[in-house]
Amino acid sequence: MIKRLLIGWCLALLGFSAWAALPPELLTRIATGEGDDRVAALNEAVTQADPALADYLQALLDGRVRLREGKAVVAVEGAAPPEGEEPMLNNRLRREIDSALAGLALLSKDRDVRAKALATLREDASAAKLPLYERALAAETDTKLRDQLGALVAGAKLSSTDAAQRRAAATELAGSADPTTRALLLERIGSETDAATKAAMKSAIDAIGDRLAWGERAQLLFSGLSLGSVLLLVALGLAITYGLMGVINMAHGELLMVGAYATYCVQQGFRAWAPAAFDYYLWLALPASFLAAALVGAAMERTVIRWLYGRPLETLLATWGISLVLMQAVRSLFGAQNVAVENPGWLSGGWALLPNLTLPYNRLAIIAFAALVLGGMALLLAKTRLGLMVRGVTQNRRMAACVGVNTAQVDTMAFALGSGIAGLAGCALSQIGNVGPDLGQSYIVDAFMVVVLGGVGQLAGTVYAGLGLGVLSKLLEGWQGAVLAKIALLLLLVLVIQKKPQGLFALKGRSVE
Amino acid sequence: MKKPLLIAVAVLTLLVPFLHLAFPPGHALHLSEFYVGLLGKFLCFAICALALDLIWGFGGILSLGHGLFFALGGYGMGMYLMRQIGREGQYQSDLPDFMVFLNWKELPWHWALSDSLVGQIFLALAVPGLLAAVFGYFAFRSRIQGVYFSIITQALTVAAMLLFFRNETGFGGNNGFTDFKRIAGMPLNTPGMKVGLCVASGVALIACYLIARALTQSRWGRILQAIRDAEGRVRFLGYDPVAFKLSAYVISAVMCALAGILYVPQIGIINPGEMSPAASIEMAIWAAVGGRGTLIGPVIGAFFVNGTKSVFTAVWPEGWLYILGGLFIAVTLFLPQGLMGLAKRFKK
Repeated sequence: MIKRLLIGWCLALLGFSAWAALPPELLTRIATGEGDDRVAALNEAVTQADPALADYLQALLDGRVRLREGKAVVAVEGAAPPEGEEPMLNNRLRREIDSALAGLALLSKDRDVRAKALATLREDASAAKLPLYERALAAETDTKLRDQLGALVAGAKLSSTDAAQRRAAATELAGSADPTTRALLLERIGSETDAATKAAMKSAIDAIGDRLAWGERAQLLFSGLSLGSVLLLVALGLAITYGLMGVINMAHGELLMVGAYATYCVQQGFRAWAPAAFDYYLWLALPASFLAAALVGAAMERTVIRWLYGRPLETLLATWGISLVLMQAVRSLFGAQNVAVENPGWLSGGWALLPNLTLPYNRLAIIAFAALVLGGMALLLAKTRLGLMVRGVTQNRRMAACVGVNTAQVDTMAFALGSGIAGLAGCALSQIGNVGPDLGQSYIVDAFMVVVLGGVGQLAGTVYAGLGLGVLSKLLEGWQGAVLAKIALLLLLVLVIQKKPQGLFALKGRSVE
Repeated sequence: MKKPLLIAVAVLTLLVPFLHLAFPPGHALHLSEFYVGLLGKFLCFAICALALDLIWGFGGILSLGHGLFFALGGYGMGMYLMRQIGREGQYQSDLPDFMVFLNWKELPWHWALSDSLVGQIFLALAVPGLLAAVFGYFAFRSRIQGVYFSIITQALTVAAMLLFFRNETGFGGNNGFTDFKRIAGMPLNTPGMKVGLCVASGVALIACYLIARALTQSRWGRILQAIRDAEGRVRFLGYDPVAFKLSAYVISAVMCALAGILYVPQIGIINPGEMSPAASIEMAIWAAVGGRGTLIGPVIGAFFVNGTKSVFTAVWPEGWLYILGGLFIAVTLFLPQGLMGLAKRFKK
């Protein structure tokens, strides 16, 4: 009687209200005895779904429970444990208790706690706790969690000893589109003994596989499209400086880097002076990166490139020199380590289309941005006075000069424009990758590849080549791995130049010459 | 004008080792091992610059892939040196350590000759030569010129670099080859061996120089220069530019491979970093700084640029890239003939 009071007192101290619902004998059976019996007792206790049980189990895990004369005594959290023998907990029992705690957490009022518990339970759904899961399912109001709980219940049924129930569960699971459900079925089908159930599982696996295959194909296409739009952005500036003007600019990658660092500076500025408006820093970073790179480009053109028109090999070496200087300058100013550029809130996260297909917002934004820049550039070249003059100078420099175009100025403007677009691309790249002094080096080969493949002197080819290369390289990656895919693409470039030095989509006719 | 360089190289390759061996450490005239190694390295670089100049200065072909031939030569030599380690590696196996690490049981087929020094040197020269022949044949036959050639040679080199980074390729992946112990049964870390390799590099440079001079002064060399200046006209005169350009390209590649073969035992490591685009472009600047179209220029350029690099990386490491970048810009803008052109201008 005194012992019973003691437990009652302890439970009361812990804030238990309904301790009477849990018979102390059951609690004691969990703490001591044969392993199988203890697990059975635990499962029995769990089915009653008493919140007080969670506290008792936690105390058991924390080592605050003692056995005295065959009864379990619990100490308050933080207090010294009472006298008595400490209950033995082997790994199996610990695992069972953990899973029971997660099961109990399914009944929590806090949605986040429930979601977390579901994530833990996904891997081990046990038939013994089926009543608990079903009760949780009945109480669940959140639709997303309801779906997950449904899968959990079905998974638990799959572990049932009754073949009919297993078969029913397999049929139920065939409606799912979740990769983990498929993995669960694949795991269970190996140990399934009942032939009819096995067949039901097989068809469920196939059904889920079909549904997933669409997601995977879409995922591949999307990542290809995303890489393609990155390549397109990176190459668009080069399409002007190299494609239209014929300048081999090895410092193009470093112009991307300038744009990315300009974004970083704007971000730091917002953080220091306007932290409240941090989510909008990109709107200032875009023009800033354009201007920074355009200024660097204009300076390059005025001081170095201008003197080397018509000497492409020398241009190549001189611009390589510029790229080294720019890289080292960034190292001196910002340090050799990568700097952290954060996505604004509205760019983080993603759009979950299917269970296995999530489109990250920053990738979606880059695709849209690439389309915008492309459209803007096409309009600029086709409709504005500057575009007219750039086209005129590239088509016939002397004729343009004769009719009064200041060709030197047009050269500077065009080069600055190409550089500025590289800066915009750098701003976009800062949202999806690392920003460091080596940023440009990793893109320069890709950028030339796109422009050379796309053909000199026009934008459409650059678009086909950029998107095509993106999708192609993702396809090859899935098939042979990233390194071999890259090697294959480089060799493709070599072959294309062999056959068509003017590019795959080059203009035909006299304008080529 | 041509003799002094020969004499200078010969004197350097004899004097530095002599000062290293003849005087004990601490003596005023003693030169430490560091300088022997440095000289050996520069001599190898000078061979590369000379090789590049042969096709760029005389043939007008700028290859940005000579790092590939250099590295292939180096890897060829490295394979032999790896086998020479024997059972003294970390795993005490007959196979090189990295193969044990990858759990390979026997040597892959491309290591068949790696036990023989002569066989492996032959491979290290033949493979780059063959690669240059095949690649060059298709490139020159399609009349790829100027920058396009530079870009595809660079693409080829980057592709090779990625390939060599893979462990499965069988060249030690990222780490490449290192920890060499001996060559032809003799330990590598003795002063005598270091001096021997350094002198060998000097002899190789002089030999390459003499070959290049003989070639450029021959009829072949004249036609090559004519192709550089006006390829179309040479073709109309009935010559086939492909044969001339291709032979020049192959000779140049083999010379570069030779430099790689001599470089690796002296430096003690070879890894895919030698195939990075930057390494190949740097070779071009050695030739450009010295003066293209002369044979002395590249040698001087290689010594000048690498000497400056050694000084700066010791004194002001952050400044080196500014200097190198500045050199690229200054040479192309103000010194198209390089240091040799500057010397000529002063003479006038």
